[in-house]
Amino acid sequence: MAIPVVYNVRSARVRWMSSVVAVVGIAGTVGVFVAMLALARGFRATLVSSGLPQNAIVLRGGSGTEMGSIMPIDAVRVIEDAPQVARVDGVPLASPEVVVIAAIPMRATGTDANVQVRGVTARVLDVRNNVKIVEGRFIHPGVAEAVIGKGARDAYAGLEVGKTVALGAGTWTIVGMFDSQGSAFDSEVWADASVLNGNYNRPANIYQSVTVRLASIDAFKAFKAAVESNPRVTVEAQREQEYYASKSLIVTTLITAVGTLIAAVMALGAVFGALNTMYSAVSERSREIAVLRAIGFGSGAIVLSFFVESLLIAIVGGVLGCVAVLPVNGITTGTINWQTFSHLAFAFRITPDLLGMGMVFALLMGAVGGLPPAIRAARANVAHALRAL
Amino acid sequence: MKYLPLLLANLKRKKIRTGLTVGSFAVALFLFGILFALRAGLRQGIDVAGSDRLMVQGTSLMNMLPLPYLARIQRIPGVAQVAHATWFGGVYQDPKNFFVQFAIDPALWRAVYPEYVIDEQEWAAFAADRQGVMVGAQLAKRYGWKVGDRIPLRPPSYLGSTMWDFNVRGIYHGRQPGADDGQFWMQYAYIQENGPSYFRGIVGFYLVRLADRDTAAGIAKTIDTEFRNSANETRTQTESAFAAGYLKQMGNIEFLVFAIGSVVFFTLLLVTGNTMAIAVRERTSELAVLKAVGYSDRFVLGLVLAESALIAVVGGAIGLWLAGRVVGLDLTRGLIPLYTPNGTMAVGAAVALGTGLVAGLLPAVSAMRLSVADALRRV
Repeated sequence: MAIPVVYNVRSARVRWMSSVVAVVGIAGTVGVFVAMLALARGFRATLVSSGLPQNAIVLRGGSGTEMGSIMPIDAVRVIEDAPQVARVDGVPLASPEVVVIAAIPMRATGTDANVQVRGVTARVLDVRNNVKIVEGRFIHPGVAEAVIGKGARDAYAGLEVGKTVALGAGTWTIVGMFDSQGSAFDSEVWADASVLNGNYNRPANIYQSVTVRLASIDAFKAFKAAVESNPRVTVEAQREQEYYASKSLIVTTLITAVGTLIAAVMALGAVFGALNTMYSAVSERSREIAVLRAIGFGSGAIVLSFFVESLLIAIVGGVLGCVAVLPVNGITTGTINWQTFSHLAFAFRITPDLLGMGMVFALLMGAVGGLPPAIRAARANVAHALRAL
Repeated sequence: MKYLPLLLANLKRKKIRTGLTVGSFAVALFLFGILFALRAGLRQGIDVAGSDRLMVQGTSLMNMLPLPYLARIQRIPGVAQVAHATWFGGVYQDPKNFFVQFAIDPALWRAVYPEYVIDEQEWAAFAADRQGVMVGAQLAKRYGWKVGDRIPLRPPSYLGSTMWDFNVRGIYHGRQPGADDGQFWMQYAYIQENGPSYFRGIVGFYLVRLADRDTAAGIAKTIDTEFRNSANETRTQTESAFAAGYLKQMGNIEFLVFAIGSVVFFTLLLVTGNTMAIAVRERTSELAVLKAVGYSDRFVLGLVLAESALIAVVGGAIGLWLAGRVVGLDLTRGLIPLYTPNGTMAVGAAVALGTGLVAGLLPAVSAMRLSVADALRRV
């Protein structure tokens, strides 16, 4: 027969100080654990959402990033002509682009951030249909105009629709703002590709990447085979989502590794706390346990009872930790992406599965911290303990 | 000191509890050591960078500067020495193996960065070999490179598509802890010779060593004015300002470190305080006996406090020692160079001792206030 759970709840309440300590220890650990994972999630999600499933990005073979790639206009033509590229009225949905980095001060600190500036053509909005102009208008070709991402307006000083910004050797009028639904483009500034090239002393007909909208998601394999085997160009094609996911790898891995290390060490501390609490619970209650045994509860019931008590403490701690960390969800922060050298704004992203992981983590700590004391409780000598009464 | 055996006997009574409490302290101070090293690593650039050095860049990371600027900057009064460096974004085996690669002019570089510990013969061998490189000690250790090794790098595609080979001619060390010994220096002459024509005659940025550090602001302005309204305008700032700006781009890591640190210490304080309270509660009658046979209130207070402090110091020492070992492992592969700054141990020991004393205070005071008659009645 099992010992009623009410017994555990009451005894946890009687020793409230110890219980609170164990709860706080577990809550703190779960909170830090969830927050660090949410940071890594948010960073990755921002980059992954930059890619569309039906899009592919083509770079010069072996370049790895847009910044290290170079694509002459002839190569762009070859890619546009691939039969798998979607067309509207016979015009291929391909967006040849250049990227440069500009130094623009951050609003928060006043120090410069490396802001990614993307040179685009008018077709970019058809290829990236997740990007919408929400204020003003899109740039006209051939003039020094720029549109800014929503995140860029919030993060960097002086980026407002109607104002001007100095990029490279020129001054650009900001004519509009776009929203790319939380993707990495939100931290960018877009301008006309050939004007931008001119301002950065580059030849006008050189691009760095071509992003194409494919006729269907399944057309990617054929498209990749077609452009990569074409002897006129040396290029590599990637699914856009995979490309951006790979650009999040170093920072995501770093945050996850540091976060896991810190959470693991904290968990060890929390388990020590839980063990201490449960051991002292057992030793303070040795007479009670003996009485329970004497009136007929088996040693299994005792183990179960103490184990359940420890899990209860863990659940309360886990829930508290999750609740305490919820307010960070959506808080925007920014960091530099080592893989693109550019500054990127992103938000903590707490998802239900992260909270689930936090709870599992809490239960694990409760289990590890509760089992050894529970076993010790069951092993105690009944006659000996009762004599002390 | 003569009460040490009593102290130890008390601690030995509940070996598991003592062990766990020592363990909690070890864990907390371990985290403290790691977080401190992380913060130090992030601030490394700022703390180590010379404020007597200026960095002259184009208006953005992408704008390179013409080589003739070298002579024009050198002519500015107050400038002791100018060097240049050019970023080479080559890939060693896998894009994940990221490390800083600069193409430099050996003679100029040495004059601007005299603080590195370099074997003169190795440096001469580097200067004499077009394909020679000097690598930082940490980097060499990470990939197991030795002097004489041949290192192939895949250049960024604007520099061509064939592999570039380099010969390790020497290994440099930092003079102070936290100095950046994770870089890969190659010869500027080699990239000029081997790179495409549009890469000739331009450099990434200039580094200027000043005769007098107090003139930094004025000379930075003079340099920028010198090149104003040219095709390549410059942006000049001290090396430490550059490093600080870079750190700010990384986001509010410092805040994160302190937030985590405080959560840990708060938790730790509770755990230890609780354990000490239990220990005192269990020994109520013993403490009462001590008082009954004539030991003063203050002695009982000291006894409980000493017990708490001993646990804290032992646990803290273990934790800090472990943290020091882990920091030496190059866990982040040079991305965030962890290093234990001077004084971490002292601060850590003080923190451990302080936490131990604060945690023991409440139970110690209640032990001191213990009414002998009440306590003995319970025996």
